[in-house]
Amino acid sequence: MRARTTAAIAVAALLGLTACGSGDGGAGDDGPVTLRMTTWSANEAHVKLFDEIAEEYKKTHPNVTAITFDAIPFENYTTTLTTQIAGGNPPDLAWVLENAAPDFVSSGALLPLDDTLKGTDGYQFDELAPAATKLWQADGKLYGYPFSTSPFGIFVNTDLVKAAGAQSPAELIAANQWSWENAAKLASAVNAKTGKAGLVVRDFDYKGWDNLSTVWTGWGAQAWSADGKTCGFDKPEMVEAMRFLHDATFTDKAFPGPGTTADFFAGEAGLTITQISRASLLKDAKFGWDLVPLPTGPKGGYAVIGQGGLGVLKKGKHAEVAADFLAFFTNPTNSAKLAQFFPPPRTSLLTTETLAKTNPLLKPEQLQAVVIDGISTGVVKPSHTGQAELSQAVRSALDPLWKPDADVPAVLAGVCTAINPLLAK
Amino acid sequence: MALLTDDRTAGRTSHRPAPGGTRRWWTTRRRDHLAGYLFIAPQLVGSVLFVLIPLGLVVWYSLHEWNVLADTFDFVGAENYRAMADDPNLPGVLRATALFSVGLVALNLSLALFLAVLLNQRLRGTAFFRVLFFSPVVVSLVAWTIVWGFLLQDNGGINGLLDTVGVDGPNWLRGDATAMLSVIVVQVVKNVGLNMVLFLAALQGVPGELYEAARVEGAGRWTQFRRITVPLISPTILLTSIITVVGSLQVFAQIAVLTQGGPGSSTTVLVYYLYQQAFQFHHFGYGATISVLLFLLVLALTVVQWQMRKRWVFHEQ
Repeated sequence: MRARTTAAIAVAALLGLTACGSGDGGAGDDGPVTLRMTTWSANEAHVKLFDEIAEEYKKTHPNVTAITFDAIPFENYTTTLTTQIAGGNPPDLAWVLENAAPDFVSSGALLPLDDTLKGTDGYQFDELAPAATKLWQADGKLYGYPFSTSPFGIFVNTDLVKAAGAQSPAELIAANQWSWENAAKLASAVNAKTGKAGLVVRDFDYKGWDNLSTVWTGWGAQAWSADGKTCGFDKPEMVEAMRFLHDATFTDKAFPGPGTTADFFAGEAGLTITQISRASLLKDAKFGWDLVPLPTGPKGGYAVIGQGGLGVLKKGKHAEVAADFLAFFTNPTNSAKLAQFFPPPRTSLLTTETLAKTNPLLKPEQLQAVVIDGISTGVVKPSHTGQAELSQAVRSALDPLWKPDADVPAVLAGVCTAINPLLAK
Repeated sequence: MALLTDDRTAGRTSHRPAPGGTRRWWTTRRRDHLAGYLFIAPQLVGSVLFVLIPLGLVVWYSLHEWNVLADTFDFVGAENYRAMADDPNLPGVLRATALFSVGLVALNLSLALFLAVLLNQRLRGTAFFRVLFFSPVVVSLVAWTIVWGFLLQDNGGINGLLDTVGVDGPNWLRGDATAMLSVIVVQVVKNVGLNMVLFLAALQGVPGELYEAARVEGAGRWTQFRRITVPLISPTILLTSIITVVGSLQVFAQIAVLTQGGPGSSTTVLVYYLYQQAFQFHHFGYGATISVLLFLLVLALTVVQWQMRKRWVFHEQ
């Protein structure tokens, strides 16, 4: 008898737990509503702006009693978000990184936004740049609003370049000689003359390999084909690009080697490749700096962009209210405000005048060359369904490349062997 | 003990009809039972809620294909277990796990015992060294590991130190062998103090007369250690080895912070692989299957150690 009672309690508890975990999406939109949006930015200025927009929304929507912005550390963002969803505690809205976009868009986790956005007065849906929304669409529906379409550029510590006695990137651009070959020579000179790091591919650190697409795209290389089915690592253009990176790292010391840290924004490196949204880190910089487009590769000029999308979780408790808030958050007026931190996908806002107003640290010609041209021609960083698993397989297979005596073609062939079964899934 | 005795007498009385002819329901025996259950209730509720139910759920999840994003949870029977048998990564993961465990247990126990023997001497300053070696145990694991991460970088503190004596140190966390060695050493230095304290307590329980008698018989220091110290502290050796083996199989934070399983997959141990599969690759069903394997491994190793105690633990013959 006692055993049966204990078993019954256990089953009841188990059912209770599962019920908690299943969520109850869509219900209860009539009563008081609280919304939660996960982001990867705890930046004070960002949060202040989000709160202002939320306050304004609440004024016209009294049923929405609170809107919170939940900042999750960038490094584990997607993992934490998925864990929240698995644990039955999904946010109502979430930022989604470009490398997780295919998974989120294709899985059906996000609510289609077209009807809500098009049905919102004055939204001007048609002005969203197709290059920016492409990644966030499936079957003709938009599942994420690309609130940030941020091109990669090169920040230059002009003091260190001067100390190295080398021609600056600006001078090289003027002489039409801003190529990867010359960029590597410059970085190598900075390292040799000043002892500081030459060129840092930010967030790469011999792990975040997708950041290397900011280099190899200049060779016309890509991680996989556009349809995502064929591995691109063993193709000749990738081998050449990686050979360049390898030699520049281990022979010319243009890039800091594995296990060496150098923060450009702390004045520890001559140049760094990163997104222009990092310009805010230079507000109190103690050194002279410049921002220039990526150098040309053997295949000519190119641009690479990283994106962040904003989506509504279907499993959230108030999906429809959340979609309505998304429409408000990203309407033309608020997009203009957000543009000071996140380059918007709206063509009307992509002008040097608008961007200059909100990006006082950047000169109009920098905005034109890096931001506006970058967004219209840029290639988005590599992304694929099952990105996390693919990414780990590539990282692991690329590790043998980061040794002075590496056999570049053999290692890259190994990368394809490792990821082909995953691409075929 | 009193409770048990009362229980027996109470048991007899409870069958005797109460005055007035009706059987008394609220007997001493029942009262004692209730008290007993109430005493263990907090622990029992905690164990059921946070150990037994999750354990059952993990087994249940392992029989499912669970896609969190698509919100699907489909029963697949033993499919995940079949996939595990065919997983090309698993042999490497198990090898890394075994290497880590063996390295950690051997280094940790021998160093802990060595330090305990040293600090068991009646010398000035031993208290200071006891505190010194024990203090890492109370430091936050992640903070400890992050600091070591800086020290072990190519241009970090350890290579800087080696450089001053003219040695060109390796890139610790990037070489296959050095990365595993680094993770083991970081973990040993962190936790050796705990085993050291346990050994110290055991050493202080060994009667001094035994050593005296051994000296009279002409036994040297090594013989005394082998024939007196080791047998008498063998229950503690068993305890520390079980704790250390189980702990070594559950290592996660150090790997996540220092190497993320790399270079290649040389430091991808079982728990880290489980984390990757479940939380990074969103294969929660398969992740659960790996945790069932981990559970069985820990259980099997503990049972083996427990069985072997009869052979070598002093009080167990």
